[in-house]
This record gives sequence, C-alpha cells and structure tokens, in this order.
Amino acid sequence: MSDKKTGVYICSGCGLGEAFDVAALEKTVGDEFNAALCKSSGFLCEEAGVNEIKGDIRNEGLDAVMIAACSTRVNYDVFDFGEKILVERVDLREKVAWCQDEGSEDTLDMAKDYLRMGAAKLKEIELTVPFVQDVSDTILVIGGGVAGMTSALGAGAAGHNVLLVEKSDRLGGFMRGMKKTLPRNAPYINLEENSIEQLTEEVKADRKISVHLNSIIKSIVGAPGMFDVTIENGATSVVRAGAVVVATGFRPYEKEKLTDFGSDLPDVVTSVEFEGMAASGKIVRPSNGEPVGSALFVQCAGSRDKKHLPYCSSICCSVSLKQALYLREEYPDSSATIVYKDIRTPGKMELFYKQAQLDPGIFLVKGEIDNVTRDGDNLQVHVNDSLLGPAVSLKADLVVLATGMVSSTYDASVTIDKPEDQMTDDDRAKSGKASILNLQYRKGPELPHLKEEFAFPDSHFICFPYETQRTGIYAAGSARSPQGIADSIDDALGATVKAIQSVKLVGAGKAVSPRAGDTSYPDFFLQRCTQCKRCTVECPFGTLDEDKKGTPKPNPTRCRRCGICMGACPERIISFANYSINMISSMIKAIEAPDEFSGKLRVLMFVCENDAMPAIEMAGLNRLKYDAQVRIIPLRCLGSTNIVWIADALAAGFDGVIMLGCKHGDDYQCHFVKGSELAETRMSKVQETLDRLMLESERILVESISINEAHKVPEIIDGFMENLSDMEPNPYKGF
Amino acid sequence: MSGSLLVIGGGIAGMTSALEAAECGLKVHLVEKDFSLGGRVLRMNRYFPKLCPPACGVEINYRRLRSNPDVEVLTNSEVVSISGVRGEFSVVVETSPRYVNARCTACGDCEKVCPVKGKDPHNYGLSEITAIRAPHKMAMPMRYAIDMDVCEGESCGKCVTACKYGAVDFAMKPVRTTLVVGSVIYATGWKPYDAGKIENLGYGKIANVVTNVEMERLAAPDGPNGGAIMDKPVKKVAFVQCAGSRDENHLPYCSSVCCMASLKQATYVRERYPDSEVYIFYIDLRASGKYQLFQDKLMGDSNVHFIKGKVAKVEDGEHGQAVVVAEDILGGEKIRVAVDLVVLATGMEPVTTRDERLPDRDEYGFISANQGRNGIHSVGVAKSPVDVTTTIRDATGSVVKALCL
Repeated sequence: MSDKKTGVYICSGCGLGEAFDVAALEKTVGDEFNAALCKSSGFLCEEAGVNEIKGDIRNEGLDAVMIAACSTRVNYDVFDFGEKILVERVDLREKVAWCQDEGSEDTLDMAKDYLRMGAAKLKEIELTVPFVQDVSDTILVIGGGVAGMTSALGAGAAGHNVLLVEKSDRLGGFMRGMKKTLPRNAPYINLEENSIEQLTEEVKADRKISVHLNSIIKSIVGAPGMFDVTIENGATSVVRAGAVVVATGFRPYEKEKLTDFGSDLPDVVTSVEFEGMAASGKIVRPSNGEPVGSALFVQCAGSRDKKHLPYCSSICCSVSLKQALYLREEYPDSSATIVYKDIRTPGKMELFYKQAQLDPGIFLVKGEIDNVTRDGDNLQVHVNDSLLGPAVSLKADLVVLATGMVSSTYDASVTIDKPEDQMTDDDRAKSGKASILNLQYRKGPELPHLKEEFAFPDSHFICFPYETQRTGIYAAGSARSPQGIADSIDDALGATVKAIQSVKLVGAGKAVSPRAGDTSYPDFFLQRCTQCKRCTVECPFGTLDEDKKGTPKPNPTRCRRCGICMGACPERIISFANYSINMISSMIKAIEAPDEFSGKLRVLMFVCENDAMPAIEMAGLNRLKYDAQVRIIPLRCLGSTNIVWIADALAAGFDGVIMLGCKHGDDYQCHFVKGSELAETRMSKVQETLDRLMLESERILVESISINEAHKVPEIIDGFMENLSDMEPNPYKGF
Repeated sequence: MSGSLLVIGGGIAGMTSALEAAECGLKVHLVEKDFSLGGRVLRMNRYFPKLCPPACGVEINYRRLRSNPDVEVLTNSEVVSISGVRGEFSVVVETSPRYVNARCTACGDCEKVCPVKGKDPHNYGLSEITAIRAPHKMAMPMRYAIDMDVCEGESCGKCVTACKYGAVDFAMKPVRTTLVVGSVIYATGWKPYDAGKIENLGYGKIANVVTNVEMERLAAPDGPNGGAIMDKPVKKVAFVQCAGSRDENHLPYCSSVCCMASLKQATYVRERYPDSEVYIFYIDLRASGKYQLFQDKLMGDSNVHFIKGKVAKVEDGEHGQAVVVAEDILGGEKIRVAVDLVVLATGMEPVTTRDERLPDRDEYGFISANQGRNGIHSVGVAKSPVDVTTTIRDATGSVVKALCL
C-alpha cells in the first residue's frame, strides 16, 4: 500500500465482532499495513457508515478502500465510491465468521490473513484504463435467406450500416422456394402466405443495407470492431466491419445416401423436391407426370439415425403435415399417409397438427421404414414396428422423404488425415468446416462446431445461446441449429443484438460476455517472450495470433479476459491492471504459515469465481463449518492459474493446495471452455514434479464443484485436510 | 425516452432482455413481482441436456446486473398501468412493502425468532419456512422480507426486537412510481398447469403423486429433503407425459419441454438409485434437434422403460405405492404398473398480469408475437411455450426492437 492512500474499514456487525476480536485486527492493520487510516464499525453498511467512508475519501484523499465485512452477494451496490477509487471487499462474514468457530484463535488468524491478502492485492493492482480503439459499427451479415435478411433489417433499423453478402444471384434463400409457410399467428391452424418477397423488397429498399450478390467472403482479417473483410465476386473488394452474423442456412441431407428409402426410384422425392413441385403449381408423379392419388411421407428419412444424421431436424414433422395438406388441396380424393417415429409438433404447432388430423384423407402411422420397392406402377413401402401389426406393406404413388438439415457450415470433404487420438485442437478446428468466414486466425478459419454428432456452430451454453468461441461473430438460423422459419427469425434477431452489443462494448474498450463490461485487458511484456506459443495455443477464443517467430499478437478486442494466457505463460509476462501473477503471488506471500512446531497445517485454495466461489459463499450463508487452516484466493478462471503460484505456496510453507473449479468434460460448465481442464493438465505436471522432489503429489487436489453444491465445500476441504494430516509437514517450510 | 426500456418479469427471460439491452446502451427498468429475481429456473435442479445447475447462469446474470448501473431493479413490484405510445409510454409501478428496509444485512437473526411458519413457495409448498426470511439462498437482492399471509403482524414483533439494525418496519406502505419508457417487454413467464384439475391422475388424492416442478425440488440438493427424492430409497418411478397437455379438456397445446424434462428427471432417479426402474408413458417423445442425442442415451439404459400410450388413471396401490393404468399401444394391451412415485409431466400456462390493457393475448393467454410495431413485445413463455434456451434467444432478439426507436 506504499504508493496508494488506503483506508481500511472493518465491520463488527452480523456476528463478526463475536467471531473474532476486531481490535486485534485493527492492531494487525496498524502494525503491518501502511494504511492511511483504519476504522471499525458495528454497522458499516448503514448510510452513516458509508457516508463516513465518503467523507474520508474526500478529506483524506484516499484512493483505495478496503471493506472488511460481508461478501459482495449482499450490499453489492452500497460500497461504490466511483470509478477513481479502488475498492477491495474482504469477506470476513461468509468466508470467516459464519463458517468458523466463534472466538477461536484460528478464526482470528484466518481473519488476519484475509486482511493481509486484501492489502497485498491492493498494493499490486491499479485502476483499469479501457483499451479504446476506433471501431466500425458496420454489421456484416453472411447469407441472404430469411435469417440473414431479418438480421440485416434489424441491424439497419437500429442504425447500423449493414453488408449483406449472398453467394447466389438473388436474395430469399430456401424460403423463396416455398409454396406456403407454417402457422405463426393465432389461431395457429392455418398455413400462411409466403412473405419472402415482401422481406426481400424491404431489404432492397433499406438504404442502410448494402447487398452483395454472387459474393463470398475470401478472408476476414483483424478483430471485433476492426474486421477487414475481403468480398469476392469476380473482383475483390475490402470493407471494414465491426461484427459478423453467420446466417448461411442449411442444405438438405443428401438424397443419394438414402437408397434404403428407395431414393433411387423416380417416384421417391425429398420434401424439398416436393415443396418445389407444389410451389411451381403441379404435384405429379415424376416418372410419368400423372396425378398423385396417394402419397406416403416418410419422417426421419436419414434423421435420428446413427448411419445418417443422429439428431432430429425439429421441423420435418410440421413440414410433412403442411405438404400433406398441399396434396389434399390439389387432389381432394387423394390420401396422404405419414409414417413417423414420433410426431414432433411442439408448442402451438400441436394445434396445427390437430387441425391436420381432422382431414379425413390424412393418415398417421407410427412405424419405421424397412424398405421401399417398385411394384408395377406403384411403390410398396414396408413398415416395421407399426401400430398396425408387426410389419405392414403400404402402397403409394409417390413417396416423400422428409430429409433432415445439415448446417451449411459443415463440409464433410474437409478432413484431417490423422487418427482421432492424434488430432490436435487445431486439427479439429479445421476438420469438417465449410469455407464461410475464412478468418485469418491462429485457431482456424471458422466457428467451432458443438460436437461431432451435431456439426452446428451452436452454443454450448443453455443460458447463453449466442456464446461463441470467436468474439464478435454470431451464428443464427438453420446454420446454427436445425430450425424452421419462425425460429430462424427470432434467432436472427438474437444474433443481431449480440453483434450490435459487441461493437458497442469493444468500442468502449469493454469485454463481451461473460465478463461483460470488464475494462481490464492482458498486457504482454514482449521483450521477455520466448516464443513458446503456449498462450496462443491455449486461448480458447482464438484471441492471439503469432508472427513468424511465434511472438503473440494480442488482439485485445477478441479477448474475454479469463486470464488463461496468463496461467499458460512460463515467463510470466502477461498481466492485467487488476489481475496479475504478482498480485496472486503477493497474496500468497502475505499469508502467515504456521511453523513446523505448531502442529498446524496450512492449505491454500484457488477458487474459480464463477461457480465455486458462490458455492463457498453459500456454504457460509448456510453456516456450514470447515477447517480453519484454508486460505482462499478467488481466480477469474481456474485456467488462469500459473504454476509459479504453486511453487510460491510450497516455498511459503503451505502443506497443500486445493484447486476448485467448474466441471469439465463433454458437458463442461467452465465459462471459458477449457479453463478448468487446462488447470488440471497443468497440475498433473506439477504433481509429477512433486514426485521427483519426494513430495506427495496428493498435496495438490484439483476438484470440481457446481454452484448448487455448497454442501460439498466442507466435504472437500475437511477430506483434504484429513489426507494431509497423514503426511509430514511440508519439508520446505522455513526455507 | 426512446433510449429506455421497461422489462416486466425478472426471471431468466426478463433478466436476459434487461441485460442484453443495457449492454447495448439502453436504460432499463426491470420489474419483478416476487422478492427476488431469478424466477422459475432457480427452482429447477438441473437443465437439460447438459444436466447443469440453473443457478450457474443466473449467477453470471446477477454479476452482470451488479456491475451494470443501467439496469434499475424493482422487486416486489407490479405494473399497474401503461399509457401513452411507442417511444413514450408512461408506466405506473406499484412496489408492495417487504416490511424489511435497506438496513437489512441478511444476518438471519430475525428468522431465528420468528414463531410462525408457512409453506415455502420456493419449494412449491413441500416444506415450511418462517414468515420473515430470505426468499432463498441465491436471492437477489439478498434482503429479507415478510410474508404477510403467514406473519402474525406487528403485535408479535419478535423480529423487530431481534434485528440489531432496525431493518424490520411494519409501517412500510405500497409506493407508486411512474416511469417513462420507449418500449416494453413482457417477460412474465409461466405457471405450472394445476394438476388437481386432471381428476383421473390422482394428484392431491393419492399419495406420492407429484408434478414435474415438484420433482425438481425433490431432487435438488438444496431442496426439502436434500435431493433424496423421497424419504426412502426409490425403486420404481413412473412419468406420465402430457398430463393435462395436448388435451382439449385441459391445455390443447404441447408445452414442448415436458418430454425432455421427464427424460432429465429419469436421470435424477437413475443416478441416485442405481437399481431403480423408470417407466415413461408418452404419446410422442418430443426431443427435438440435438436433444435427440440425450434421448438416445437414455434409451440405452435398460432400466428405463418407454411405453407409448396415454395413462388412463392413477390408483392407490398396496404398501403405499401408486398404480399407473395405461394402454400400451405398441404392446396392444392394457397394463398396470405399481410404483413408489408418479411424476405428472404437467404443462406451462402463461402468467397473466395486473395490467391487461395493452397486451393482446390469444385464447390460451399467450401474448401475441406480432404486436412488435406498437412498442410492446413479449418474450419467452409469455409468448409461447418454449424451453429455457429458446426463451433466452427470444429475450435477446426482442431487444433489437427497443434499439430501433
């Protein structure tokens, strides 16, 4: 605190004064800290208490304040003294008084250590100064179908210039070829007129939107707010955009692969082909141009099928019902039979389904298709597992295969010639990705897909459906996940809002989700960089590019401020103004380790602030007690753990380290994708080193916890302490 | 006032709209009728298909709110009236007294002395809680409140004496505030369909028949029995799909989430009790899109039995069990299955609000989607029965309309 004028305020309310001797804490502050003043109060969050702090700031010229009281879950807005004052909340309530024995020496020691850690932190951090650059607020929308046009109109109406890039020679996409669309308006039972022409006219008339037909994106260089986009349509032009919406749509699953469903027979068509016939005005049998007396609609043709698409395309059931109605309208004597696994008409679409069922010419058969054969002029469809019996054979003039949706971002021909277990993350970033964005990023040119069985650039997060691993780039519509028109419209608007938000936030030097508004950013002291590339490889967001020598190029507007790069760097050259290697190291060194004769162990705990820290706070709120020898340091993400901290802890005499973060694996809960997993990998290397130093590797525990598992906090801590008590104290204690 | 927005409802939809708008630079008023933000999702144990706790995403949103001065949160408040036009609505909001003022530190001393208990709405009435309380441990704001339906009133006054900080104030009165905003988003959410109306399924009459929302609490580690589901090991559980849904006598529409919710809840049972058996009675299994992969995983579990057929009734069985009577359509026979617990997959009904002048509702009570041009928007289940991620997508996208003023 040497260079900052700091006021320390200790609250003794809410049981704190009973849990430990506040006067003793004040003495610690007086003896050890170079604080400008130290005061205690029985009710610090009271208006009078807060006003006193404000008065001190004014009269004493304080530039930093330490509030040693409750956690930020309570009174989060009370201790705000403006942008110029550094505030450090030291949680002595949930993290000490409410989880420790009242009045014991250990509880007092714990409270003292948290004050020391707070002081050490305040000494090392600075106010953040946002990294502000001149940004473009133009939105690039790729794809001119219903999603892309909706996005363009939304962004235009919100005042942004829009570049709308469409690879074909006209706007409208898939929807242009539709005869009618599914009900979107009450009473939700009637097909609606196709409104694509109207939408197209609106786009053409919108002066904010510049439409580029017959165009593709040759490359995107730069970062959010400053994307230099090369558009190619014969000639090339370079334009600047601030954010990108990917609305490139879907393509139907390949008919040729569906020979089990008779796709090689002339009177077997896909739902897309059938729609085309209906829209062009005449539904006929392709083999002979004759009217259709009976049609059989095969649901899930190549969907929900491990040999084809394992997922459901969500809209095909409704589309087949719609198409059955087309047929019935054109040929009143015809019959339409729908063979299905489950009819999936969720929500209000159920009302449309019910309406269609009233039609006496529409028949629904649960079953699975065995095969489709030709029988003279007719087709024979063999159905298994039917409600009509073990196996039945149905006759039809025409078979319509309801084929599923494949994301336009997927390209099976892009393969990496390596066995799966040898593929690197970089290989996976390229494998199966269609050329759409052509980002000039170290981490690959396209948006990552959610998973192999679902090759869509969908978000991994239920709560944050637009979370992508590439800042400022948002996918929408059927490119992002299989969906119909109504959903694509909503989705396009969602992606548009995120794109607009991204240019606004990065323009102000702020982070986007999940640390939205954070004005800190990583600073690289490149003179000491050894070009080891660990930061560029480990950043999950493709933030860092490399020059030829391997020196990282920071691109701060791509950054999410998780600090994974800081954790990765062996030279410790990456830091944030308010979060750094030195800050945590100083906090570790500020903690008093009991000497080897005390019989007490000391354990350091690194805790992810996203889920694990709230769980610990809630353990406090629930008055759950745990061992008094742990000292907790919150981290932005467990992935920001630099192994030097472990060395610092062991050198400082700590007997063990617990790392508590989010769940990883396929259904990871880490908000920074790989943070907790990377931490575990790094720690396994540390554990090997410990073994070499003849120290037990069990001294380091990496655990995951969910936010609602407060009850596990004592289990984890006390269990670890028990294991540790079987070991000798850290032999490096006192060195 | 074109740069400002009113969001009605502080559940996941409303919080999302408010935050996405504020992070685009709008000034937002977020009005919630309960004592805390968070809404229905905080009462759920896990989300499908990741089986992750909803509190995780809510906490991120809380953090965004804490650090964003552009969202003004009004809890315990309802919109009384909206007048004016797009671009300049005048909104009257009434904040009911919580009888605990801003001096509250959430220390809990009041709760220890409160002599009366009522049903805890956070646990759907499955447990009891004191009249003065924090709404739940994840509450925001983390401040106590008094449930006046339960409280004995000022004459008791034990909490007033116990509070060292003078935070309990029985003299608090309702306060009306007038806001002027450019546009309005209804994010008023849903309530579970009243299972008592489905007479043949025995809810409220037969022991151990619960609804799917109650099942979320029974399986939650912070729920009424620590996540053990029942007070004894559970051997057999039946899930009754479309309980009151897709049914002209109840809700004619499909609520779109119940199939996945039951599949998810089947994992609660199977995970906690490895020898348990689960029976799912369904009409169609609606695991759309990528959710199919979740369904496939469950279908690989030989202890989970899928029976296509609508449940005819639930009856009392022997030894405290309940008997599910259904037609097994694929097996072509009527079957009876005795189980320890029956979970009714009840659907979602839209919540109606005090101010009924502006939103145009369809016959089911959903606020129509296509009134965007008049500056009034609806998102999430206020508009249509959808799942959480679709709600959030919708709540995000609707902000564009507020940005267009």
